[in-house]
Amino acid sequence: MAATLTPLTIEDFRGDPRRTRRNTQMKLLFSAMAMLSIVISALIVLSLAGEAWNFITNVDPSSLLADGWYPRFGDYGITTLFVGSLLVGIIAMAVAAPIGLAVAIYLSEYAKPRVRKWLKPTMEILAGIPSVVLGFFALSYISPEFVQKVFGDANQSNLLAAGLAVGILTIPLIASVSEDAMSAVPGALREASYGMGARKITTVRQVVLPAAVSGLVAAMILGVSRAIGETMVVTIAAGGAGGAAFTTNPLDPGLTMTAAMATQARGTDAVAVAGDGGNLVFPSLFFVGLLLFLFTLVLNVVAGRFVRRVREAY
Amino acid sequence: MSDDTALSKPVDLEVASAPVVEPDPAPSVFELDDLHVSYGDFLAVKGVDLDIRKHEITAFIGPSGCGKTTVLRCFNRMNDLIPTARVEGSLRYHGVDLYAPGVDAVEVRRRIGMVFQKPNPFPKSIYDNIAFGPRIAGVKAGLDDVVEEALRRAALWDEVKDRLKSSAMGMSGGQQQRLCIARAIATNPEVVLMDEPCSALDPIATARIEDLMQELKHDYTIIIVTHNMQQASRVSDRTAFFVTEVNDESDTRTGLLVEYDLTEKIFSNPSDERTENYVTGRFG
Amino acid sequence: MALTTPRITTEIVTAESLGKKADVRGAVFKAVLQIALFLTILILAVLIYQMVTGGWSVLSTRLGDFLTSPTSALPQRAGIAQALKGTFWLGIIVVLVAFPIGIGAGIYLEEYDHNGRLINFVDINIRNLAGVPSVVYGILGLAVFAKFLSGFTGGNTIIAGGLTLAVLVMPIVIITTMEAVRAVPDAIREGGFGVGATRWEIIRHFVLPYAAPGIITGTILSLARAIGEAAPLLLVGAIAKPGGNPGLFDLSQLRESFTAMPVLITDWSAEAKEGFVASTAAAIVVMLIIVLIANGSAIMLRNRYENKRNG
Repeated sequence: MAATLTPLTIEDFRGDPRRTRRNTQMKLLFSAMAMLSIVISALIVLSLAGEAWNFITNVDPSSLLADGWYPRFGDYGITTLFVGSLLVGIIAMAVAAPIGLAVAIYLSEYAKPRVRKWLKPTMEILAGIPSVVLGFFALSYISPEFVQKVFGDANQSNLLAAGLAVGILTIPLIASVSEDAMSAVPGALREASYGMGARKITTVRQVVLPAAVSGLVAAMILGVSRAIGETMVVTIAAGGAGGAAFTTNPLDPGLTMTAAMATQARGTDAVAVAGDGGNLVFPSLFFVGLLLFLFTLVLNVVAGRFVRRVREAY
Repeated sequence: MSDDTALSKPVDLEVASAPVVEPDPAPSVFELDDLHVSYGDFLAVKGVDLDIRKHEITAFIGPSGCGKTTVLRCFNRMNDLIPTARVEGSLRYHGVDLYAPGVDAVEVRRRIGMVFQKPNPFPKSIYDNIAFGPRIAGVKAGLDDVVEEALRRAALWDEVKDRLKSSAMGMSGGQQQRLCIARAIATNPEVVLMDEPCSALDPIATARIEDLMQELKHDYTIIIVTHNMQQASRVSDRTAFFVTEVNDESDTRTGLLVEYDLTEKIFSNPSDERTENYVTGRFG
Repeated sequence: MALTTPRITTEIVTAESLGKKADVRGAVFKAVLQIALFLTILILAVLIYQMVTGGWSVLSTRLGDFLTSPTSALPQRAGIAQALKGTFWLGIIVVLVAFPIGIGAGIYLEEYDHNGRLINFVDINIRNLAGVPSVVYGILGLAVFAKFLSGFTGGNTIIAGGLTLAVLVMPIVIITTMEAVRAVPDAIREGGFGVGATRWEIIRHFVLPYAAPGIITGTILSLARAIGEAAPLLLVGAIAKPGGNPGLFDLSQLRESFTAMPVLITDWSAEAKEGFVASTAAAIVVMLIIVLIANGSAIMLRNRYENKRNG
């Protein structure tokens, strides 16, 4: 056994400067990339806020109460857009919530592994379909084959067909978030229920669903956010190219907040004109955009709180 | 992290500080002086004074939560990985304060290896597991020899020499832990820290590793945390016994060192009543 | 917040064990679920069927011409060449811009300051960004890339459009990277630190290889999402009928007015004439094939690596 100790000094522990430097460089590089996200967030808010403020300060208040949204004629009836978004949102959720939840329950509690194997990818494929496809589907199929057949007096462009298509789009989102919430419920809870002799339907309804309720609420809120934020389906299928009249009838053509922004842009002249003089077409885009941003922000924050509740519970 | 330059000077020869007569006192590799470790506001361990002797196996024993692992992880600055961790007092290795500014933790860990509670081989081949440490330390040539030597010393060479390129994940728990030991010694450390290395293993694998430790101490200094008293008495030369003490104000428990002595003495004739209660099984 | 207590009582259980009533209820419930499932699949099938049959006249008779011709006022001559080219270049820009930055940001957030306070702020930020409607990103693109930076991008060009899409999908790339990195077991990192590796060395040799499948899957899915988006492009100034039909790699066109597949589909949808219905459906079929290949390969990749890891 050695009885001596090699003397060491702090110099021996300096480390390899090359490795240390590389380590620091990479850390700085990665952190710069992360900070970029803050910059982007700030940019969104700034770019919206500036022109939106321009709109708010310059707009004639009476035009905000106009009976329709016709920016090129100076009518900025914002309630038209709100109601339009609301209608589409309600119709979409009426479709997506029950179907999405049902699919989620089936996937989580009933489906055999063999079925799951092709079912989950199928849902993912549905989720991946671009919204323009669903918009065209709504216009060329849902509207003539369903809406117009049931309601003979409907226009080919109508909010109902658009709402149904948005609902179809939203099914996979609600299904996947709900399924995640139900999968997070510990198997032990289910086993306890079966162990008492309860049947499957009782276990699902009285044990699993209540336990997963935070996640289910989150799924619904995210679904609403998605439905409200959907643009192209409404743009293509609900008409409203130059503007829309105020309506609460889903069989009429109409505009949502999102589609209003997109249709504004489809005529290249409207977007190219920078908010000059009394022409508030361009700034109106930003105003609506800001409203949308804030609304979906609130929805997503609330949904996030519910998701965190699920995580903490388990 | 205090700067105790006034107190100590580099120690490079034997230190005679043991109260019991020992035939041939080995030099101190580590000297801990009033070491405190906190995580944020929580004081995890306080007032630890002890020396680790070269080529000895030192065991840390005590009930769970008494800070044995926390102290162990101070030796190779693994507590740095926890952002709220703070170390006060002095911890010297060959007289160098390891927590002094200017000391690179990466370099410390090259010289002081660690084996963890649950075997954690890298998801790579057996060869690459062992070669990783030397490679990043700059070793380019002779890796084959380094790997073979490490595996021989870990008593694993014969079992794996024909499948060095196969994945390390395909080995049994005991083999994986010996691989982790080989990995730790591949960087040619002086000290090997072991955090309950056998707690995830079956008795036979445990016995093999305990035998291995006796072999390894000829070349390395070993510090082992174990909650298995019998293992400590079987394997170690010196034992440190820790307990927790309740802080009345904050209702938290802080770990502290009760007694540190030759293993023989700790288990046959301890000085402190708490030690005696623990080793005779009256509590813990 | 306490767990909701299950409302199973002896009454319910006894009733179930005794009566046949519960059996029927259970069967009906299951049937309802299956109907919902069937309905979903049916909708998907009908959609695909409609598009294929709708576009069949174009796809079966003049596919090559369709793929290589520029747009035209005459449906029998209109093609998607420019749109395909636009989509291609948009994809390239998204890959070059969003992926490195997004992956880098994701690595930073999970590896370097996991649970730090600043990081939580950035993390929340990114999750909110992921939920912002794509049309709002279009406004951002318009204001920043098309107007403010028009010197660099050239105004309403593919570069502006590509950057806008890159910004749109960046939060998704960041989030999927974070999840993939989070899945790397901490024990591996500890082992790496234990033998004296730096944080970067551990990321490079262990974290990235382990997380790679998850990261790649996430990036492919976000690319598929990006190329399906129309709203942001409309706002940045994509037009349905750009002039000329330059070659695929003619880089001079990057600073000209542009179009892309989703934009073309949008515009053709509005053309009421019969002929364009078939063209729109045909264009949709091409678009669906592209998206299907992207999503499908991402899913297959993820399944393969999940099996390898667990099996």
